[in-house]
Amino acid sequence: MTSLRIFVIGGLMSYRALFGWLKPGILIPTLVFTPICQILLFAYIGRSAGVGDDEFYVIGNALNYAAIPCLFAMSFTIEGERQGGTLGIVLTTPARRLPLFLGRALPVVVNGWAVAMIGVVGGALLLDVHIPGGAWPSIVLAVVVTSASCTGLGLAMGAVTLRVRQGSTIANVVFCVLLVFSGVNVAQSDLPGWMAAVGDWLPLTHGIQAARLLADGSGLGAVDGLLLRETGIGLLYTVAGLALLRFFEDESRRSASLDRV
Amino acid sequence: MRALLHQQWTCYKLQLKVLSTSAFEGFLAVLFPLMFASAALLIYRVQDDPESMQYAGLGAAIMGMWTAQGVVAASMLSRERWAGTLELVVASPAGLGRVLVPATLAMSTIGLYCVVATIAWERWVFDLRLEISSWPLFVLSVLLTALTLALVGYFIAVTTTRYRYSGTLGAALEYPGWILCGFLIPVASLPAVLQPLSWAIPTTWGMAAIRSSADGGSPWGDLAACAATGAVYAVLAAWLGSRLVESARRHATLALT
Repeated sequence: MTSLRIFVIGGLMSYRALFGWLKPGILIPTLVFTPICQILLFAYIGRSAGVGDDEFYVIGNALNYAAIPCLFAMSFTIEGERQGGTLGIVLTTPARRLPLFLGRALPVVVNGWAVAMIGVVGGALLLDVHIPGGAWPSIVLAVVVTSASCTGLGLAMGAVTLRVRQGSTIANVVFCVLLVFSGVNVAQSDLPGWMAAVGDWLPLTHGIQAARLLADGSGLGAVDGLLLRETGIGLLYTVAGLALLRFFEDESRRSASLDRV
Repeated sequence: MRALLHQQWTCYKLQLKVLSTSAFEGFLAVLFPLMFASAALLIYRVQDDPESMQYAGLGAAIMGMWTAQGVVAASMLSRERWAGTLELVVASPAGLGRVLVPATLAMSTIGLYCVVATIAWERWVFDLRLEISSWPLFVLSVLLTALTLALVGYFIAVTTTRYRYSGTLGAALEYPGWILCGFLIPVASLPAVLQPLSWAIPTTWGMAAIRSSADGGSPWGDLAACAATGAVYAVLAAWLGSRLVESARRHATLALT
């Protein structure tokens, strides 16, 4: 019961307190205006280059932007505690680490999902992209899976910020890696082989492929393999993130580096 | 005059040091547009058309200048506020413009570094050798674009003096600038309603001049338009800067507390 409370209430409180973008003046430009602009940028580049159609770029970039809250919020979770001087207190509590950190990830998954859906809906409306009505529930599911898997990567990145100061910089770098390697704007088959191989081990790649197939009219059954791979990769990063948290927590106790800023 | 130049040089040098040692304003200002340029080049290379790659390669090389200026300039005074030095900057006898212009010139210098880094990146990673018909005109066009962008940065910096979330605003300006300035998308292919916005930005004219000097055309008309629109931003920034600072001092709202 205590673990459940830490997971739900603790996670929500932490998100409200530490996700520094929860103010309309920051949230709307960052998580509503900017993803739409990224979609428009690449859709127009695609038109200009004569590559892909608008739907390709709407889905790819909307899902790519889910990575922004997923990566940044998890990093803020650690950095914010450090800046508030509460990181030491959090890590000396007897609370189990699994609900403590996974609880912080749950609101982030919802946020990532919402940002991606705003991108898909906004991009489709602005660029007059037609997605069949029956495809939407499956797309919603694909976006949930993708956001959760991105949050797994965010958790691993958040763990690194236990040791490294520049969480925002790392999050931006990881976002760029996802943009280039995950087939966001170029189909995996058109990427150089080594890039496609890297992309296969990143979150987003299979989720984006699944969402594109769904938007083209495929059924959920046709993309279950892709969604399973996306889930598997997300789980892999989540486990790695939890292991890294454990490692860096122990390491920071040993070297008294927890609050070093 | 000597004192003015000394102050400008000192301010420029200091700001360049601050920016180039900052992971966020230095390293990311180069890396972020470089990665977006890579994504755009990957799209263009699907068609395997050398002419398209030349178009994209030129635009991709210049787009980093916009990031280095727009994003950083918007949050410049907020950073001074957080550091507790904004009051000192505003109260100094040098005047706000004399402090801001060398700072935005330092940002343009980071932007110039972006240009060089992206051209090298395109050559090494994409095996793309840009065809430049006239190097002197190309360099002149790039330098004038950088100079006028510094004036746009000056304008952005003063207009966000009293906006608490100016950093966010600056980040939100990044994509619109990339869309509007003709780096990777021809301005003519944008919706008609957006095209006047493009023409109101000196960088659009600068980019056109850069393309003309690379293609063997005459860049002089575009360079004149670039200089003229840049000058308008400088005049507007100087006027707005004095009005906004005077108002902030009168109402004691500079600290935004």
